Amino acid sequence: MIEISNLTKIYKTPSHDVLALDKVSLKVNKGEIFGIIGLSGAGKSTLIRCINMLEKPTEGSIIVDGQVITALDKNELRGSRQKIGMIFQQFNLLSSRNVFDNIMFPLEISKVPVNEAKKRVSELLEIVGLTDKALVYPDQLSGGQKQRVGIARALANRPKLLLSDEATSALDPQTTKSILRLLKDINARLNLTILLITHDMNVIKQVCDRVAVIDNSRIVEVGDVLKIFSNPGTPTSRSFINSIVKQEIPEELLQNNGRGQLIRVSFIGDSAGEPIISSMIKVFDVKANIIYGNIDRVKDTPFGNLVLELTGADADIKEAIKFLHEQGLEIEVLHNV
Amino acid sequence: MFDLITAIDLNSFFVSYFGDNAWMPQKLLVATWETIYMVAISTFLSYIFGLVLGIILVITSKNHISENKSVNSVLGSIVNATRSIPFIIFLILVIPLTRILVGTSIGTVASIVPLTLAAIPFVARLVEASLKEIEWGLVEAALSMGANTWEIITKVLLPEAKPSILLGVAITTINLIGYSAMAGIVGGGGLGTLAYYYGFQRYQYSIMWITVIVLIIMVQAIQMIGDRLANQASNKGR
Repeated sequence: MIEISNLTKIYKTPSHDVLALDKVSLKVNKGEIFGIIGLSGAGKSTLIRCINMLEKPTEGSIIVDGQVITALDKNELRGSRQKIGMIFQQFNLLSSRNVFDNIMFPLEISKVPVNEAKKRVSELLEIVGLTDKALVYPDQLSGGQKQRVGIARALANRPKLLLSDEATSALDPQTTKSILRLLKDINARLNLTILLITHDMNVIKQVCDRVAVIDNSRIVEVGDVLKIFSNPGTPTSRSFINSIVKQEIPEELLQNNGRGQLIRVSFIGDSAGEPIISSMIKVFDVKANIIYGNIDRVKDTPFGNLVLELTGADADIKEAIKFLHEQGLEIEVLHNV
Repeated sequence: MFDLITAIDLNSFFVSYFGDNAWMPQKLLVATWETIYMVAISTFLSYIFGLVLGIILVITSKNHISENKSVNSVLGSIVNATRSIPFIIFLILVIPLTRILVGTSIGTVASIVPLTLAAIPFVARLVEASLKEIEWGLVEAALSMGANTWEIITKVLLPEAKPSILLGVAITTINLIGYSAMAGIVGGGGLGTLAYYYGFQRYQYSIMWITVIVLIIMVQAIQMIGDRLANQASNKGR
C-alpha cells in the first residue's frame, strides 16, 4: 500500500540544516495496521507528514497505492489526498462547525452532492457512535468524542489509507483503549490500511501488526510486533519494550540469588511455559527457581516473560537451555551472577 | 492645493455649510448622521480591501499555504509605510486623489476617501493578526483532505477567525470615528466640523462638550455591539 524509498528530509534554518529523516525505506502492506514508534524528535512526525505531502521530502520517493505521491502536481495531489484520511493528536476540528458539519467538511471539498453527503455523514456518525452528538459543537465534547469525530471525518471520502498522527497521545488510557478498539474495528471492517505513529509502546502492542522503530532520523528496526516484543534487535526497541513490559530484574534479586544461571524465557501464543519447564526439570538434573514472570497480550496473542534461576552442574544447565530452545522458546542467557 | 484649507476659506465654508441661523439640535442631528454615514461607509470599504490584503499577507507568509516572499514583503512595506503617515498629513496628501475620485475635497463624501485609504492598512494588520491566531493544525487538517487555497480561506481561516475579526471591526469603526473628527476640521463635515467650528472657533464650549458626549455614546455602543456579535460567533453551541 505504501512504499517509501530513500526518503530524506532536511530542514534548512539560517544557522544550520537539520536532518529529520535519513534515507528511510519502508513498506506497508495492504490491510495491515503498521506502527512507527519513536521518541519525540526522532522524525516520525515528519515521516507521516511526507506520506500525504504535508511535508515535502528533500529526496526519495513515496508510492501510495501504486501512485507516486512525490511526483504529483498540485491538482493531482489534492485528488490523492482525498483518498488518504488523517487523524491528529489535537483533533483539529473546526470550532465554527458542529459535529455534523465537521464530518461534512471533506465531502464539501470532494464535491459530493449535498444529499448524498448528508447520508454519508449519518452513516459515519453511526460507525463512531456519535449519532446523538450531531448538532453539538466540538468544545462541548470530551477528548475521546473529539477523536471519534476526527475519525469519522477522516473516513468520509472512503479512503484506502488512514494516517494517524499520535491520535491517542492526548487521551487518558481508558479513552485510548476505546479509540484503538475503534481503529481496529474499522481496519477489519473496511479493510483499511492504517499507518500510525506513536511514542507509546502500548498503542503498538494493542493494535499493530507490524512496527518500525525510528531513532535519530533512521529506521533502526522493522518487523512483526510479536517478534520485536519477544526479541528486540536494537537497544532502542528494547527500551521501548521495557517501558511497558518489565524485563529488568530488580537489583536486590540479583544480589540475593547469587549462585545460579539466570535465563529469560519468552513465550508467545499458546506455547504455555509451565509444562515445558516442568519437563525440563524432570529430564535434566537442574533446579529452576522462578524469579520473575509476567504475561501480557500483544494484539490478541498472549506473550509472556519468565526469568528463571537454574542451578546444577554447568553441563546440565547447558543441556537444559538447549532443550528449551528446541521447544521453540526464546531464551536469553542473562549474565552469570 | 494648500490655499484650499486656509482659515479664511474654511471659515466661509463653515458658514455656508451649517448656516448661521439653523437650530442647534438640528445641526447636531445632521452632524451626527454625517459622522455615522462617513464612518459606516469607510469601515465597509476599508474591510473590502483590508480583508483581502490581510488574507494575502497571511497566506503568503513563511510556511503558509501560498508562501511568496516577494509579494509578502512588498505588501508589508506598503502597509507599514501608509500606517506611519500621521492621519492629519495623510488627509492633505490624498486631496488630489479625492478630487479625481469624487470631484471635490470638501464634505462628507470627500472624507470617505482619506478615511478609507487610511483604514485599509490598519484593517489589513488586524485581519492578519486574527488569522494568525488560528491553529496551524486546522489548516493542515484541511490540506490533508485535499482542500485548495480558496477552500482553506473560506471554510477554515475566515469562519474560525470570525469572532476575532468582528472585534477588529469594532476597533476599526471606533478609530474611524476619531479620524472622521479630524477630517471634520479640514472640511469633512460631521461632528468634527461642528465641534471645531462652533465649539472651538466660536468659543461655544457647550457645543464642544455635547459633541464629545455624542462621540462617547457612539463609541460605547459600537464596542458593545462588537463584543456581543463576537461572543455570539464564538459561542454558537451554547
